[in-house]
Order: sequence, then C-alpha cells, then structure tokens
Amino acid sequence: MATQHSRAAARLMVTPAVAVLLVWMIVPLSMTLWFSFQQYNLLYPDRTGFAGWDNYYYFVTDFRFGAAIRNTLVLVLGVLAITTIGGTALALLMDQPFWGQGIVRLLVLAPFFVMPTVSALVWQNMFMDPVNGVFAHIARAFGAEGYDFLGRAPLFSIILIVAWQWLPFATLILLTALQSLDREQIEAAEMDGASALSRLRYIILPHMTRAITVVILIQTIFLLSVYAEILVTTNGGPGTASTNLPFLVYLASIVDNDVGMGAAGGVIAIILANIVAIFLMRAVGKNLEA
Amino acid sequence: MARAVSRQRSLLTGILAWTLGLLIFFPILWIVILSFKSEGDAIATPFAMLAAPWTTEAFATVQERSDYLKHFWNSVVVSLGSTLIGLLIAIPAAWAMAFVPGRRTKDLLMWMLSTKMMPAAGVLVPMYLIFRDLGLLDTLVGLTGVLTLINLPIIVWMLYTYFKEIPGEILEAARMDGADLRREILYILAPMAVPGIASTLLLNVILAWNEAFWSLRLTASDAAPLTAFIASYSSPEGLFYAKLSAASVMAIAPILILGWFSQKQLVRGLTFGAVK
Repeated sequence: MATQHSRAAARLMVTPAVAVLLVWMIVPLSMTLWFSFQQYNLLYPDRTGFAGWDNYYYFVTDFRFGAAIRNTLVLVLGVLAITTIGGTALALLMDQPFWGQGIVRLLVLAPFFVMPTVSALVWQNMFMDPVNGVFAHIARAFGAEGYDFLGRAPLFSIILIVAWQWLPFATLILLTALQSLDREQIEAAEMDGASALSRLRYIILPHMTRAITVVILIQTIFLLSVYAEILVTTNGGPGTASTNLPFLVYLASIVDNDVGMGAAGGVIAIILANIVAIFLMRAVGKNLEA
Repeated sequence: MARAVSRQRSLLTGILAWTLGLLIFFPILWIVILSFKSEGDAIATPFAMLAAPWTTEAFATVQERSDYLKHFWNSVVVSLGSTLIGLLIAIPAAWAMAFVPGRRTKDLLMWMLSTKMMPAAGVLVPMYLIFRDLGLLDTLVGLTGVLTLINLPIIVWMLYTYFKEIPGEILEAARMDGADLRREILYILAPMAVPGIASTLLLNVILAWNEAFWSLRLTASDAAPLTAFIASYSSPEGLFYAKLSAASVMAIAPILILGWFSQKQLVRGLTFGAVK
C-alpha cells in the first residue's frame, strides 16, 4: 500500500531522530575510548600521548576497584531480590479485591516519583540518623541504642533506600501483568480442585515470568548506574564501603582529575551494562513480533 | 457460607494491604508532617513533634533563603523543554515507523533502544569535557540538550506503541470517502494520537524532573534544577529537618500528583511496551 512517495517521506521523518541519536552514541563513546588510551591528567597537563593499556591497568589495580565491583554487584542483587520478591508478593496481594484498592495502589506507587536526592536525604536524616532518626526513636522505645546505619552498614542502608524507590516500579508492572491473566483459567483450575499453592505455581507464576524478566532487566540497567544516592549520603565511604563502579569513575575522573583512568573505567562500565542490555533487548524484541 | 468466608478474606486482605501501603508511603507522609513544624519541634521525639503546633514558617524560610523559585523554575524549563524538543523529533519518526513500516523498522527501533543502555558513567568524561569547552557547564541549554537525548528513545518507543494501535482501516475508509491527506491527519489521526502523545509527555516530564546524574554533574548553581538543589542539603543542613522537609515536599509534590495521574501509561513507557 505504501507508495514510493510515502516511503521517501517516511525516511525523511525518521532522519532527525536517527541523526541526533547517532551523534549522541558515536561522539561521546569514541571520545571515551580515545581518552581511555591517552595519558590525560588535568593535574599534569604536560604529560600527554598514547598510554596503551596503562589506564585500564591502573583502574583495575586501583585499591578501590575490587570493592567497587563487589559493591556494584551486592547493590544490584540486593535491590533486585527485595524488589522482585516484595513486588511479586505485593502484586499478588493487591490483585485481590478489598476496600480502597485504588488508594492503596497510589500509596504504594508514590516512592517511585520521589527524586533520588530527596529520598536519599530523607532516609539518611529523618530515619537512619542514630540520634534523631525515626529508627533511633523506635530503638530507644525498646530500650536499645540508636544504630548508625550509614556509618556502620553503609551499603546495606543504600540498598534499603534504593529498594524503597524501586519497589513501586516492580509492584506496578507485576500487578499490570497479573491483571491481564485470564480469570476463567483460574476459576477452572479452582473447580478442578487445584489448591491455591498449585494455582500460583502452575498458572500465575508462569504467566508472570515475562513481566518478572522485564522488571529484573530494566532495573538492572538503572541499578548499575546508581550514583546520586551514594553522593549525598556516604560519598562512597567510609573508605570504599559504598563505592560502586559509576561512583569510582566519578572519583577517578572528576575528583582525582585523571581523565584517562576515568575513561577506562567508563569503558568497563559500558561493557558491563551491555551484557545486561543484550538480554533485555531480546526480551523486548520478542514483543515486537507479536 | 462461601460469601461469609470471602468477605472475611477480603477484610483480611484489606487490612494487610493498607498496612503495607501506609508503611511504604510513610516516609513521604512523615516529611509532609515535618514540613509544617517549627525547626525546634521537628527534632523532638515523634509524639512531642506530632503534638506541636503547625506552622508554615519552614516553607517561608526555604523560599527566602535559597532562591528556591529559581531552582524550581530550572526544573520546569529543563523537564518541559527536553520533553517538548524530544516530542518534536520523535513524533514524525514514530509516525513514519508505525504507518509506513519498512524492512528495517524493527532494527531501527531496537537500535534506538540500545542507545538508552549506555551507562551515564561511561560517557561522563567526554560529556564533561565537551560541556567545559563549549561553555555549557551550568547552563539550562546544555542540561536540556542532554536530557532530550537520554529520553528520546523512550519517547519514540512510547509513541510508536500508541500509534501502532491506531487502526489503518480507518484511514482507508476516510480515503474512500474522499478525504485528502491534510484532512486525514487533522480530523482522523490527530484526535486518535493525542492521548498517546499526552501520556508520553507526562511520563517524560516525570523522568526528566527526577534525573539526578547529569543534573548533579553538569550544573552547579545557576542552572541547578531541584534534584541538584536538594543535594546541597546533605549534611550539615540535613539536620534542619523542617527546612529539608519543606524543600523536599515542594520538590516532589508536583511530580507526585502528575505521576498518580499517569500510572497506567507509566507501565507501558517504562517497559518499552513489553508489558501493557
């Protein structure tokens, strides 16, 4: 049906979007690659030239690198565990009929709209503060002492904060998937005497697999680049206890002024993200054919 | 009998769901309460704090002390600006891909999505240097541009899934009835596309409003949107509970309300149409 004429018009309409995204993809990416092989430290402007793999070597052998990789993994996995398990449970609960369903949905959804810097500061000061925080007040009510969450368990505290922001996302998407489930199928299984547990195991969870996969993959993309929450609460510390990969790239390139080393770290971050991205694209791509 | 059981179950579900919902919402509720207390009362024990008189003085202090309005305005300009420019670029593209799909359309869509996968930290170094050399650091233009680019793939995708749902048969019917292209777009397609465009706009304003990597790194004071402004409350100012709460409430209230209205579209937008 499409004529030669409309094809040409279509190409013209797509061009601006493709052009800006192409520039956005190629220019910074090739610059990162280029800098990662250059000696480029803002503190030593006279030292320039090809650096070979030195920047990568220095980044990988930096005493903070091991901790950063470990913290990145713990942060991503910790938040994923809380949000997918909690989100599935919450979605199953909220899918049942009860009074005020719509309002509870809004309450659960709310944290997703809170900007990262606000949620980090609010949790840090109003809840996790060892003296004036809500948790400290609760602890004292039971005769215990306030716990210095961000000082003594910084990564765990950041996981809690980030999980609070992402739990609504998981819940909302899983709930949406759940609501598209064919009710008659469940009723038929019920009539045939399938227990609640086996209905969950054999009908509901298989139906949700795709949504759960999508939730995990999309969250991973965002969680790999958690940054603001760390910057305003612990600044990566104490020591390296809450430094993740994006934060280390920031430390190397902006704080230490070592552009080359920061760029090498950036390349490593891109490779990591792309491994996850390949799986996500596959999951999303399947939907295009349907 | 069965009715009674199910009513009882519904009551239990309700109690459990409400409890969990309120727990999850509690931090937001808490800062709303704190923001209406005086600075001295805000750090009292929770019960004393709740009993203390209500006041709006924290809002007034935040306002006069820190150019709050300027940062609020920056957030509005950056989030609306980047979304509108994004729509301007994305509408024709999504339109063409939905109505005149070619062999490469699917690949093109996947490639656009892939640009979204680039971690910000990966390109922090070059972006920072480009911004520094072009004098774009701490300018609204620079930040708006970057946010346009990072959200463009989501805008194209969302619009595409909406446009895809407009049935092509309607166009044929209109053509049979003698409508020309101009009328076709004006009277048939546009009205059907507006809801999709509106929800895309809404979601992207929310995403841009809350963006916190580039806004923290590429702005300092003049162009700092609320995400960056609030970060300046990290200690020791964070200990001023009432002021921090008031600033936070003002920063999240508009977007929270917008978000509540757009929850259905949110799912589609955030999963690139994979879950509807």
